[in-house]
Amino acid sequence: MGNLKELTKGIIKENPTLVGLLGMCPTLAVTTQAVNGIGMGLATTFVLLGSNIVISLLKKVIPKAVKLPCYIVIIAGFVTLISFLLHGFIPSLYDALGTFLNLITVNCIILGRAEMFACKNKVIPSALDGLGMGLGFTLALFLMGSVREIMGSGSWMGMKIPGFEPMSVFVMSAGGFFVLGCIIALVNKIAGKRPPQKIGCAGCPNAASCAGRKGGE
Amino acid sequence: MKGIFIIMLSAILVDNFVLSKFMGICPFLGVSKKLSSSLGMGAAVIFVMTCATAVTYPVYSLVLKPNGLEYLNTVAFILIIALFVQLVEIILKKVMPPLYNSLGVYLPLITTNCAVLGVTLLNIDNGYTFLESIVNAICAGIGFSLALILFSGVRSKLEDADIPKTFKGIPATLIAASIVSLSFMAFSGLIS
Repeated sequence: MGNLKELTKGIIKENPTLVGLLGMCPTLAVTTQAVNGIGMGLATTFVLLGSNIVISLLKKVIPKAVKLPCYIVIIAGFVTLISFLLHGFIPSLYDALGTFLNLITVNCIILGRAEMFACKNKVIPSALDGLGMGLGFTLALFLMGSVREIMGSGSWMGMKIPGFEPMSVFVMSAGGFFVLGCIIALVNKIAGKRPPQKIGCAGCPNAASCAGRKGGE
Repeated sequence: MKGIFIIMLSAILVDNFVLSKFMGICPFLGVSKKLSSSLGMGAAVIFVMTCATAVTYPVYSLVLKPNGLEYLNTVAFILIIALFVQLVEIILKKVMPPLYNSLGVYLPLITTNCAVLGVTLLNIDNGYTFLESIVNAICAGIGFSLALILFSGVRSKLEDADIPKTFKGIPATLIAASIVSLSFMAFSGLIS
């Protein structure tokens, strides 16, 4: 039962993007189409699952002083792997994601989960946590991508919606910020709790030295 | 010379890293609350971006490429950046304490700033020469700082605004960012 909770918490209750406000860059950049959102989300899930398992297995081996570089190398290894796989099997997605595929390395969700969860827990909970967080991220990206694709290109998952005049501003950068702001506001409204006043950087490995956090308090 | 000028213009205004390429959103939202911290973060990013490019470019063209190891670029670059940031911190602490005191808190934050890794990878992807890469890195840093500084002004106004409760905090900030980004879209006509 406990393990099941690790899996489900990331999907809605502690959704890394919409509640935790982590991993904003890919959320904004690749979500011009719903399909790209799913692709990016699943690629990140793969890296998150892999890195969580490996870090949790190595948690006793990695010295505390150099843990950040170690984590980054493990994560970058998995990123290289997924970019090979996508290049070979789904080249269209590989081209659509571009540099952001490599930038999964510095996605703060992955480092955050390594720091907050995988280095303290056993392998199975860590794997489930990674899977859940990854799926939550995928869900958020899919939501963003759907809204932007429908409003901006007048289609959904590549299917044209008849009789709808698209507003191309939604697929541009300004629309990305706008849609994300509205979705987070909507999540706050549904959750019925006070909106987060500052960036949720508790999961960020640099939280202690982060000026943004200090400035926000 | 014309090529360099176009790279400068596009890195600072047209393809601004934060507002049109969506890199470095976390520090953009986190640090832009005050003008002073925006300036500090901007200076630190310009410095690290330039130096990281100066190191990663030769590593790529002299070590990885001749040995057919191009696919290792992400791993190699992020390691270089992480080590480099650590090194800069130690050196600044010893050699220039006043500069360390003003930039020090921002340095560790830069390791996970995707704009820094992004600019080194994009320089390689675009096939820039060494000089072009350095110019692109400096100007990407300037563009990042410009966005941060402009946005800190917007945010100080936002503090006093009467915003609906649901939109308070991050949602309002994101929508303000969307308007700032809209204004930067006007630059896109500069380069045809």
